[in-house]
Amino acid sequence: MGAQLRVYRQRIRGAQTTKKITRAMELISASRIQKAQARVAASAPYSRAVTRAVSAVATFSNVEHVLTTEAENPRRAAIVVFTSDRGLAGAFSSQILRETGELGEKLRGEGKEVVYYLVGRKAVAYFSFRKRGSEQAWTGGTDQPVFDTAKEIGQVLVEKFVQDTDEGGVDEIHIVYNRFVSMVSQVPEVVRLLPLEVVEGIEEPGEQAILPLYEFEPDADAVLNGLLPVYIESRIFNAMLQSAASEHAARQKAMKSASDNADALIRDYTRLANNARQSEITQQISEIVGGADALSSAKK
Amino acid sequence: MASPLTVTVVSADQEVWSGQASMVVARTVEGEIGILAGHEPMLAILASGEVRITSADGARITAKADDGFLSVENDTVTVVASQAALVA
Repeated sequence: MGAQLRVYRQRIRGAQTTKKITRAMELISASRIQKAQARVAASAPYSRAVTRAVSAVATFSNVEHVLTTEAENPRRAAIVVFTSDRGLAGAFSSQILRETGELGEKLRGEGKEVVYYLVGRKAVAYFSFRKRGSEQAWTGGTDQPVFDTAKEIGQVLVEKFVQDTDEGGVDEIHIVYNRFVSMVSQVPEVVRLLPLEVVEGIEEPGEQAILPLYEFEPDADAVLNGLLPVYIESRIFNAMLQSAASEHAARQKAMKSASDNADALIRDYTRLANNARQSEITQQISEIVGGADALSSAKK
Repeated sequence: MASPLTVTVVSADQEVWSGQASMVVARTVEGEIGILAGHEPMLAILASGEVRITSADGARITAKADDGFLSVENDTVTVVASQAALVA
């Protein structure tokens, strides 16, 4: 076998092996998107109930809560970055990190110090490679988030927010995550989580425009105190679920195009290999014919 | 009796139970409260404990709900807790 032909055959085998892997990942992601989407849908009643309750309290009590008041002059802002644990998901993590960079620049331009909270190994790797510091990081389980993680993140953030700025607390908290729009579209979303904009920031309270006059037990302030952290946790959990669904969708898309590319490579190399084989045969025939010719003319 | 209550029990990751009920008993931070149809709108913080629901056909359903809240309006009761599960 000619050397050229052997090289082509090797390339074909390589592309075939890669294709097997990417095809498998594509199928796995495709089946997981369904589950992730179902989880987003399943958590909807919870966040709807929480949002409704928060709007109810906010409309009926003229409350000044620490989580809703804006700092007089904010000096430190926190950004929570939701990326994935694993790569091979196209621009999934990089678009989040790009948005984070832009937001960081903007906040620094406003004279605020920026601290980062990272979710997902990709963000951690990005920050440690650039030797940038982060306050805290959560890794593992970004593709199947559990509520406990959301709760933990929520508690840490609320604690930091309540803390005095001079003692290391923050005045603003932003979150950056991928919102799942459809199988083919995941949009990076930047949201200011705290201080809460209860007045207009909250979604409409549902089909009834006017909320009934509630009785609060024990009282409005205590209810608000209990509700706001829950509301924040539910927002974070929602971001994590959206991010997980987006991750699977992005990975499926990336792996589909990788498999398609492998197909194209295999086709091209097969053509080249056929060409090489054909020219080898042609050469052998002409050598035989030439040799026989030479022999028969020598006999004469 | 008046029209029954519509009860939903939701936890962070799913809807645990929903249906018609004649009575809901829950433990709030102030003590136990029983809710029948026609109760005034209310928002209460739940203490950890059980929520007992007597469904419209008389069956009793018990759910565990930790650190959540309860809202009542227009005969619709929503029990919301980060961790909620039915107790068999």
